[in-house]
Amino acid sequence: MAIEGADIVKAAAFIGAGISMGFGAIGPGVGEGMAAAKACEAIGKNPEEAGLLTRTMLVGQAVAESTGIYSLVIALLLLFVV
Amino acid sequence: MGFETQTLVNMAAYLGGGIAMGSGAIGAAIGEGYTAALANEAVSRNTKLSGDIFKSMLVGQAIAESASIFALVIAILLLFLDIPTTGLLKAAALLGAGICMGFGAIGSGVGSGFPGGQSCKGISRQPKMTGRLTTNMLIGSAVCQTPAIFAIVVALMLMFIDFGDAPLNPTWAALLGAGISTGFAAIGSGCGGGLAAGASCEGIARHPETAGKVTTTMLVGQAVAQTASIFGLLVSFILMFKTYPETSSLSPAMALLGAGISMGFGGIGPGVGNGMAAEGAVRWVARNVDHAGELMRTMLVGQAVSQSTAIYAMVISLVLIFVV
Repeated sequence: MAIEGADIVKAAAFIGAGISMGFGAIGPGVGEGMAAAKACEAIGKNPEEAGLLTRTMLVGQAVAESTGIYSLVIALLLLFVV
Repeated sequence: MGFETQTLVNMAAYLGGGIAMGSGAIGAAIGEGYTAALANEAVSRNTKLSGDIFKSMLVGQAIAESASIFALVIAILLLFLDIPTTGLLKAAALLGAGICMGFGAIGSGVGSGFPGGQSCKGISRQPKMTGRLTTNMLIGSAVCQTPAIFAIVVALMLMFIDFGDAPLNPTWAALLGAGISTGFAAIGSGCGGGLAAGASCEGIARHPETAGKVTTTMLVGQAVAQTASIFGLLVSFILMFKTYPETSSLSPAMALLGAGISMGFGGIGPGVGNGMAAEGAVRWVARNVDHAGELMRTMLVGQAVSQSTAIYAMVISLVLIFVV
């Protein structure tokens, strides 16, 4: 296998995209799961407030998602732009 | 250094066997230790029931052990079976098989420890519910083992399917990536499923009359938690069975390896997160069974958001396989 400069740069970019999205998915998954678990607990304790509690959960999860979106953006940049 | 094909295949087999057993031992040991710890706590609370609690502990530990037994089987096969060597591709396949089974056993081992321990505690709290607790422990642990079963299926396929006429480059990376994808994605689903099963045993012990609804919520929550390992399995199958044009450059190979890494690691967080959401919902269905429907809805919404990064990871994997 003759490995040239441009080829190995592309190869590194592809691996980088995989690592970026792969590891980047770990944190938001765990964090949003914790938020959902506590929302269920809160609704179990106070069912009348279900609407407010669900809204709070979704806003909190959206913020936790942000680093996952950054990972996705970097992965797509590595795949198509760089 | 010019190595013969057989030498490299043997190297890969032994390395894979070591990884399979080394990583495969981690999960079951942690899970069984957790079960034993809670069993002791239960016995100290209620020494008259120590016989039942001990039995429950051993059964729970046996199920947690099964994932490591799969890893032991794969390791022994890799060490001693004379697998027909059709080429250098087999080396990548054997290493992939070892990685797949080794890491795939971690999640199921840890996860199966939760229902085992919680059912021991539950028996000390509610001896009359021993039968129901044991049933829920067995069902929950069995669902928890499915990622390990996916891992052994992929490992056996990598070991025994003849990829002979596929070009060495880039198929070597596809086979390695296939092992990584299922192996690592199984970690999250195994742990997550176990969290839900443990919460169901704890809930039934506290509120025996809610057993039916608790079990339903547990099964739905576990099913969603398993989707991460199903995505991993899907990407593994695509990597193994797609045909690739022969190429001498490195980037197509690294794209396929990147696809495996993306889906493999991308399944960990959402699997655990979905399991945490299911755990919270199951725990509170037991305490507030009138609002079980509401809680299940909240659990599903929360799990759907938590699942999103697994879907991004799968999209990036598929783009790496099919587009670039």
